[in-house]
Amino acid sequence: MQNFTIKIAREALDKKELSAKELFTHYVRKIGQHEDLNAFITTFDFQDNQSKGSLQGIPCATKDNMLIEGTRTTAGSKILNNYTAAYDATVIKNLKEAGVEFLGKTNMDEFAMGTSTENSAFGPAKNPHDPERVPGGSSGGSAAAVAADLCVFGLGSDTGGSIRQPASMCGVVGLKPTYGRVSRHGLIAMASSFDQIGPITKNVHDAALVLNIITGKDIFDSTTVEKPKEDFTSSLTKDVRGTRVGIPKEFFASGLNGEVNEQIQKSISLLEKMGCEIKEISLPNFGYALACYYVLVPSEVSANLARFDGIRYGYSSKEASNLSETYFKSRSGGFGPEPKRRIMIGTYALSSGYYDAYYLKAQKVRALIKKDFDDAFKNVDVIVGPTAPSTAFKIGEKASDPLALYLEDVYTVPVNLAGNPGISIPCGLGSKSKLPIGFQIIAGQFQEAKLLNVAHQLEQCLKQ
Amino acid sequence: MLTDKEAKSRTESPGLSSTGIKHIAKLARIELSEQEEEKYKNELSSILDFVNKLNEVDTEGVEPLYQTTGLIDSMRSDTSRGEFNMTEDLRERLIGQAPHKENRFIKVKSVLNK
Repeated sequence: MQNFTIKIAREALDKKELSAKELFTHYVRKIGQHEDLNAFITTFDFQDNQSKGSLQGIPCATKDNMLIEGTRTTAGSKILNNYTAAYDATVIKNLKEAGVEFLGKTNMDEFAMGTSTENSAFGPAKNPHDPERVPGGSSGGSAAAVAADLCVFGLGSDTGGSIRQPASMCGVVGLKPTYGRVSRHGLIAMASSFDQIGPITKNVHDAALVLNIITGKDIFDSTTVEKPKEDFTSSLTKDVRGTRVGIPKEFFASGLNGEVNEQIQKSISLLEKMGCEIKEISLPNFGYALACYYVLVPSEVSANLARFDGIRYGYSSKEASNLSETYFKSRSGGFGPEPKRRIMIGTYALSSGYYDAYYLKAQKVRALIKKDFDDAFKNVDVIVGPTAPSTAFKIGEKASDPLALYLEDVYTVPVNLAGNPGISIPCGLGSKSKLPIGFQIIAGQFQEAKLLNVAHQLEQCLKQ
Repeated sequence: MLTDKEAKSRTESPGLSSTGIKHIAKLARIELSEQEEEKYKNELSSILDFVNKLNEVDTEGVEPLYQTTGLIDSMRSDTSRGEFNMTEDLRERLIGQAPHKENRFIKVKSVLNK
């Protein structure tokens, strides 16, 4: 059987060339054959979803930080090893109504903190293009599953690049919608003012199809925004001639790997050939985005992860003799090193005497970074550049240096700070490494239609 | 609220001390071994060094940004939506997750030592 996109699977199911159960079983077999990739934490049996939606019978893999009622949800952490979801996340509810079949829950960095999936309590996931290398992260399991065709499409979550960066490293499409497009209800929170769920797919058309299903105002997430219902597939084929494409000069200043730059420049030339107007722009505060992110995200992490107390759910230490010890011993035994690191950084940044110097300062810099984007989008329709500074690195290569792993997100983090949508599409292989490289396209807030249009048109040209 | 200059002076101490890391770990309710203390002290110090570069940015008169899409006071009307009806089954799904429990009560260890 072929590598199914949603469109191809839909046609095969509609023509009764195969049943939903046969398609599901096909993928269960493939997941079994590729256990070495460690892409899944939990797998499911066929549910025979009878909802007559546009995705009826389409097998999907979701990152293990989204709740599916009655099933195990770990967020890649030992502290939630035995946690069973009590309700469906809103995205899951929407997908169930659309008829989706869930194959399983994919591997991820613990609480989505990481850029390599090596921070998973269940062992690292591997890159299908080279199993000695990381698939990126934190949605590395979903990206690896889509790249190895272990599902038709996947879902990830993106706080600072966790959909786009693994998509880039695995050679698939990853879309982070505008903050507030997709409900976060039932997504295990990392940093609530950044987190956003989005599709990881085999092409841009599929990303648009999934986006159609998962967007919308949700009464359970007051940060979702009411917008008229759109069909994101309808504008994909529009001519992009005259589209103003901004190239931030700061993206190419330093730190960008040579073979990545080579492919990015090729795609920019393609856009020019397609009739886009290429303009050099500036995002003056780009150089401060990572520092800003690594104050604000740990701050939100320290608050969000305070709920893990060893009392209501999750891991609880048996050695505690009083309430205080229940907290200390359960949290120390349940959290891995990266959550501990971020909880402590955040606790420090929010603590008395340091709040103004770190947290408040970073929120002011965040305002300046967003203003940079707002100013840029007065003169351009989209901004483009690399998704990640390099191709997939070896497992263990950067594991001893937290800061080196943080740098992986240098091009994706600014987009989350500003709340804009961004997509990574595969734009070729490195000339030496032969590993996938992702091309990032960023649009103004709620301009997903434009974003997907440019992405789809470039994808078609890259195929030729 | 501190002025930019006063706030900046708070970040100028050279890394975290051993007492510093102990204090933070205690606030975060995380127990650290001596070895871990040393490891996190060094790692956190280099992360703090890295983020201190925010001091280079002039933010005088800049309002902090807490909500990127501009929503203000996103509230709902104060009426029951009836989205959840507490049933025996739902109660079990919620309370049943607690590691220590008795009937429909969650058990906690004593707050004060006897």
